[in-house]
Amino acid sequence: MKVTNIPFMAMRKIVAVFSLVLILISIGSLATKGLQFGLDFTGGTLVEVAYEKAPELDDIRALLSESGYDDIVVQNFGSTTDIVVRMANSYTATLGDEVLLTLQNNGETNVSLQRSEFVGAQVGEELREQGGLGMLLALLIVMVYVAVRFQFKFSIASVVALTHDVIITLGFFSLFNVEFDLTVLAALLAVVGYSLNDTIVVCDRIRENFRIMRETTPYDLINESINQTLGRTLITSLTTLFVLVVLFVAGGEAIHNFSMALLVGIIIGTYSSIFVAANLLLALDIKREDLVPAPKEELEDELP
Amino acid sequence: MLNKYPLWKYLLILLVLALGLLYAFPNLYPDDPALQLSAQKTTSVVDQSTLLKATDALKKANIELKEAELTSAGGTLRFNSGEDQLAAKPVVAAVLGDDFVTALNLVPTTPDWLSSLGAGPAKLGLDLRGGVHFLLEVDTPAAVKQRLEVSSSEMKAALRKDKIRYRSVAVADSVLSIRFLKEADLDLAENLLGDDFPEYRYATRESNDEFYLDVSFTEAATSEIESYALQQNLTTLRNRVNELGVAEPLVQRQGSNRIVVELPGVQDTAAAKRIIGATANLEFHLEAGLEDSGSDIETLTFRDGSGRTARLERDLIITGDSVSDASSSFDENGQPQVNISLDSKGGKQMSKVTRAAVGRNMGVVFIEHKSRSRFVENAEGKMEEVRRSYSEKGIISLATIQTTLGNSFRITGLDSPRESSELALLLRAGALAAPIYFVEERTIGPSLGAENIKLGVSSAQIGLLVVMLFMLVYYKVFGVFANISLAINIILLMACMSLLSATLTLPGIAGIVLTMGMAVDANVLIFSRIKEELAAGVPNQQAIHSGFNRAFTTIFDANITTLLVAVILFAVGTGPVKGFAVTLSLGILTSMFTAIVLTRAQVNLVYGGRKNKKLYI
Repeated sequence: MKVTNIPFMAMRKIVAVFSLVLILISIGSLATKGLQFGLDFTGGTLVEVAYEKAPELDDIRALLSESGYDDIVVQNFGSTTDIVVRMANSYTATLGDEVLLTLQNNGETNVSLQRSEFVGAQVGEELREQGGLGMLLALLIVMVYVAVRFQFKFSIASVVALTHDVIITLGFFSLFNVEFDLTVLAALLAVVGYSLNDTIVVCDRIRENFRIMRETTPYDLINESINQTLGRTLITSLTTLFVLVVLFVAGGEAIHNFSMALLVGIIIGTYSSIFVAANLLLALDIKREDLVPAPKEELEDELP
Repeated sequence: MLNKYPLWKYLLILLVLALGLLYAFPNLYPDDPALQLSAQKTTSVVDQSTLLKATDALKKANIELKEAELTSAGGTLRFNSGEDQLAAKPVVAAVLGDDFVTALNLVPTTPDWLSSLGAGPAKLGLDLRGGVHFLLEVDTPAAVKQRLEVSSSEMKAALRKDKIRYRSVAVADSVLSIRFLKEADLDLAENLLGDDFPEYRYATRESNDEFYLDVSFTEAATSEIESYALQQNLTTLRNRVNELGVAEPLVQRQGSNRIVVELPGVQDTAAAKRIIGATANLEFHLEAGLEDSGSDIETLTFRDGSGRTARLERDLIITGDSVSDASSSFDENGQPQVNISLDSKGGKQMSKVTRAAVGRNMGVVFIEHKSRSRFVENAEGKMEEVRRSYSEKGIISLATIQTTLGNSFRITGLDSPRESSELALLLRAGALAAPIYFVEERTIGPSLGAENIKLGVSSAQIGLLVVMLFMLVYYKVFGVFANISLAINIILLMACMSLLSATLTLPGIAGIVLTMGMAVDANVLIFSRIKEELAAGVPNQQAIHSGFNRAFTTIFDANITTLLVAVILFAVGTGPVKGFAVTLSLGILTSMFTAIVLTRAQVNLVYGGRKNKKLYI
């Protein structure tokens, strides 16, 4: 790939508007619709069973509501023979076993337990808090590390870019009603790590160029840096996306949402490391003096 | 000279590769489905004759056995397939009887020379091998309340001995209230108890012309009781899990009042749950005399459903905690019974009380702590879980004391053989010091586990193939270098997982797959630098040299920050998520080694020190 010369910085106003719109949509959806939290975070009971031949979902619903289980959701899971029964706010920890028994006792076909989960309401709430805290902690530590290794303006730019990625990915999950469980949270943290990786590579090049190109304006310099790293950014994102598409298609139901979160997050992350972070650096008025210490006076004396 | 590694560097790389291969190797040996035999009681041991009995029975049932061997923990019967294993379990359990526990298990098939080097396969998480995960919460306030109830008997005895008159004693939550009619009695009692029981806090109050002494534990004493209760519960749960005969169980404290129990491979989760969560205990009381009344007696019903009741003294002789051994059997009428042996302290107490009470009746009370949770709307309009604990008490037997009872005796009056054997198990393993609640439970069936492994492995293979093809097409010869590094990266990653005996979970496999996508990043960075240098007209050797050097800080900074995030993920996550964090962070470390050092070594070997050779990049 030849080093390109795309005027990224010239597009910065349009890009900023685009990002803002995405963020507004995301926040709007999160505020009105919220996230469809999975069992991990809400608490409740889930039973997954495998039938030998595909059953009628309505029959199962009728059977369970006859047996006195109200407020249930019965869905296919991955295939027509796999059934998931969910119950919010379970009253006892033995509910899962009871539901399984009810289904098995109805007995024409074989029903085998694939998985049953029970999470207490208290535990779910704690996980939610812990997850949010972990996310904030991750952003904070990243901010400190970048401030130490680079400079404070870089750390603001990269953390804002990361927050941008996280909010838009969350917005995607909210907008399309995709279930948000513990593995999605893990994926989101991985997105933070990945997108940061990308952003740092761009920042690193900007820092380097500030040292080499003495006469270029920050505007042109940042543009040049993005163009220089563009090839690498795209290739890495591409290989990662290949792998994620494979996981998404062939990895099975259990990590479906996980790979979806990574897919969305990494696309957004690639976009943000090209456009958002650099854009912000310019907005923060990054200068050569921020990275290269001003020459001392004695030194100037020695020069002719 | 440029782009030449000294010999020792190549040798070092080869050494790392050899070690990596060695420790990753055991993962190629699949685990055998097996039955784990262990002795139920200390008196019986698993020996050659036990194995012989089992193998004979299997032969008769036409189930093919792969291998039978004695281990330090008991015996292991290996099978060729999971179906054989499942079919064998009831056969073996029936022929060995109640004295032995038969449990399903997966045993590694690592060759001896490998295991002697400390090599073994990576552990599989519950989502890959099937099993149950419980999170239990210990009701520590209940432990405090129980201790106050015990103290109340002692305090009453002390007050009676000094002839201080009190009206009633009541325990509510964490406060014990003694009611007096006269203020003088209150003062006397406060002085007496304050001297005799210094670990309590005392407060007096007056209401409706009656005087109350409120006794509660000091903060230090409360936290000591709570941590003792947790510790005791951990011990008891370990005993119970051992009684279940599960191989490689995990019983671990989590936070201030929670316990994690993980039972890999267990199928009968309902039974596991019944045993682990059981809070049953026994209490021995004397029957109250006709003249006794008021708060010192308790009227209880029999558990046989006949509706009969009996009046028992509230004072305890002993509880199930004093039982040192218990086993279940049948009495002369074929009814289930439990044979009990007491420890020396319990035996002394029992004989002391019964000696003075020959001819009176003694009641054996079966007590179970249960809880009910309801959801109520709290002040903020959110649904909140409210738990109320209560105990169910029932008399299982009421018999006349014929003679002084000593260390061992038997009790009858149980419903079924299952109840008697479970009661014996619970008495052996010890009672829980405080009630526990299941706050989380995850069961993964074995077929789902196998399915997860299959999907994970196949997507890893496809992912690897796609990435390798892309690199080959895009970077030609250098793509080959990167691909060799990538393959070795996976071997090293597996070796690290095995060495650290880290647990591999499904998100963990996803982590490995993701690492593959990201691992080529470092090489992409280096290669694009080299291309840039070449485009700027730098000579080949110089271009390779500065390409590697200048990409290094970038790779370092980018990977360290990702590593930081992975570490946080490890700290915050539980179970499968932790597995993801482990593979992600190990993958970052190994990929830095392979992408920088290993790729460089290959480039040096092929291109190093030669002039003007064309670079296929």
